[in-house]
Amino acid sequence: MSITYLEAIREAQAKLLRDDDRVFIYGQDVGGTFGGAFKATKGLAKEFPGRVLNTPISEDAIVGTAIGAAIQGMRPIIEMQFADFSSLALNQILNNVGTHYWRTNVPVPITVRLPSGGTKGSGPFHSQSMESIYAHYPGLIVMTPATVEDAYTMLIEAVAIDDPVIYCEHKYLYYHLKADKLPDKGLPTGRARVAREGRDLTIVSYSAMMQESLAAADELAREGFETEVVDLRSVKPLDIDTVLASVARTGRLLCVGESFPWGGTTAEVIARVASAGFHLLDAGPQRLNAKDTPIPYHPNLWSVHRPNAKNITAKARALLRE
Amino acid sequence: MLQTAQRTAKSKTKKTAPPHERFLEAFRWMLLARTLEEKLVSLYRGGLITGGVYIGKGQEAVSVACGLFLQKGDIFAPLIRDQAGRSAFGEPLLDVTRTYLGSRQGPMRGRDGNIHRGHPRKNELAMISHLGAMISVTVGALMAKRFKGDKDFIGLACIGEGGMQTGSFHEGMNIAAVEQVPLVVVATNNHYAYSTPNDREFACHDLVDRAIGYGFEGYSLDGTDLTACLDVIGSAVKRARAGRPPQLVVASVLRLSGHGEHDDASYVPDEVKRQPFARDCLKVAEKTIVDLNLLGAETLAQWRKDAAAQVDEAIATAQKEAPPEGDKEDWCAISTRDLADSFE
Repeated sequence: MSITYLEAIREAQAKLLRDDDRVFIYGQDVGGTFGGAFKATKGLAKEFPGRVLNTPISEDAIVGTAIGAAIQGMRPIIEMQFADFSSLALNQILNNVGTHYWRTNVPVPITVRLPSGGTKGSGPFHSQSMESIYAHYPGLIVMTPATVEDAYTMLIEAVAIDDPVIYCEHKYLYYHLKADKLPDKGLPTGRARVAREGRDLTIVSYSAMMQESLAAADELAREGFETEVVDLRSVKPLDIDTVLASVARTGRLLCVGESFPWGGTTAEVIARVASAGFHLLDAGPQRLNAKDTPIPYHPNLWSVHRPNAKNITAKARALLRE
Repeated sequence: MLQTAQRTAKSKTKKTAPPHERFLEAFRWMLLARTLEEKLVSLYRGGLITGGVYIGKGQEAVSVACGLFLQKGDIFAPLIRDQAGRSAFGEPLLDVTRTYLGSRQGPMRGRDGNIHRGHPRKNELAMISHLGAMISVTVGALMAKRFKGDKDFIGLACIGEGGMQTGSFHEGMNIAAVEQVPLVVVATNNHYAYSTPNDREFACHDLVDRAIGYGFEGYSLDGTDLTACLDVIGSAVKRARAGRPPQLVVASVLRLSGHGEHDDASYVPDEVKRQPFARDCLKVAEKTIVDLNLLGAETLAQWRKDAAAQVDEAIATAQKEAPPEGDKEDWCAISTRDLADSFE
């Protein structure tokens, strides 16, 4: 038996609905016989009547509704049809739910699922990675699972957490990633994972870029370099200790993220490593992000717009030569 | 489904007053709100309140009716000019003075100020400044109650004609009707969004006509007339409780203050101030009391004294309390402390 990243997300939601009466799923096209634009909720409306609900195309009101329900004790899971459209709910996410616990002492346990990142032919409005935007604002936990196992256990953990969680699931991984079975338990949120050990270079990444970084590490291994790959798993909180420990072993750091290059998660990792671990570095820390343009539609453009195994390898080679 | 906007008869034509007791109770909350806010204004002018002061002068009749009909278990989403409604709903005066004066013991503990306060656990939602956002939050709270099997609850959310022009408001109204939650939305048209008059805010004939488009039942109201406020808002609450579609009440008043106390509202022309909607609802209510001899002059004077004493006590208490301190503050924005990011 094999299970995909997407099926793991569906299975996690089925388990959550089964185990906890407080859980309901709210989003565009998630209900009925349709089961979501990506089928992440397929069959769930039938299995759990009245708890998997279609909504109007009203991202702001969808999140607002979830906030009210969570204040009253529910554990809503929101599916944004694409992460890109969560920009329409920024006010509810950043200003309402993000400030609520700090202001009122009442935590608001909502989980917002964001189908994130680029896939071939998806263009500027169906490809974005929003994790750095949400991580920038206080009051939110931001998860970025890169494996089937994490997709499953982290979504279950997201709903259990009393605070709002932005759960960034990568669309490119939906069908590309498979596992043999789903684990009962994963690493806790807030702990990064060394996905591959090495002693020449540390690549820090998350979500789909973690998989690209592993492929780059394979290529670098053929050239005789041993690359350590750290999977952040959540970008907020950021497990800088695991990153620093890795940099202490390798002396070289490359951060890879799919979001735009100005600021963001990769810049944050480098800032913290430079601040706390300057003495560990044998070369200037490097980063690789998408280009500073909207995300292109055509595969020829898209394939070089975002980081991938090939350009990560090239960037790593240059860093290893320093 | 019935989705027509209805208009109530003009309040002037109404012959019957509501039960005197309720009218007087409402009046007393209005008096308390006015007394409190006048005091807050003088504290602000004296430099004793940091930030802003935003008062509901001229809107007390509408606001008190919003709070007065709610029961235990109901959800209230007050907005900027709802001191009277908050008090009638059960918010202690100390919540107000502690928030305005920055006491660490207030509900917001110095982390937020003035009208940005609430008690979500006591069903008084804490508004954010971004208008319209609390409509859908109220909808969600009502859905949760339905999920949990609660009975006999409604929600009431307040908005102004300014907030009615936001996308968030439109989305919230639409989703309320889609979910068929027992919601009353009371919109007070005070004729100015900060300094912008109605003719630059919307171009529809009458805001209540929007009820049809949203799938609400709609009612208009002279917000300067407490009798009408109690009648129309009370009836809307009753209908929501009885399972009717969501209710929209649009009340007409004039904001008898600036947007905040930093604003002298010099942009409001004199002819607007002479309009019927510019009447002071508190004076109108007091005239009713005197005309119908509902209270003796002595009792009325005693009520004023009581209000002043309560306000003075709440202010004196809050002024004695310690403010928050930066180096003792708990700088953690999430409740799951072990998931707080470390920036050390």
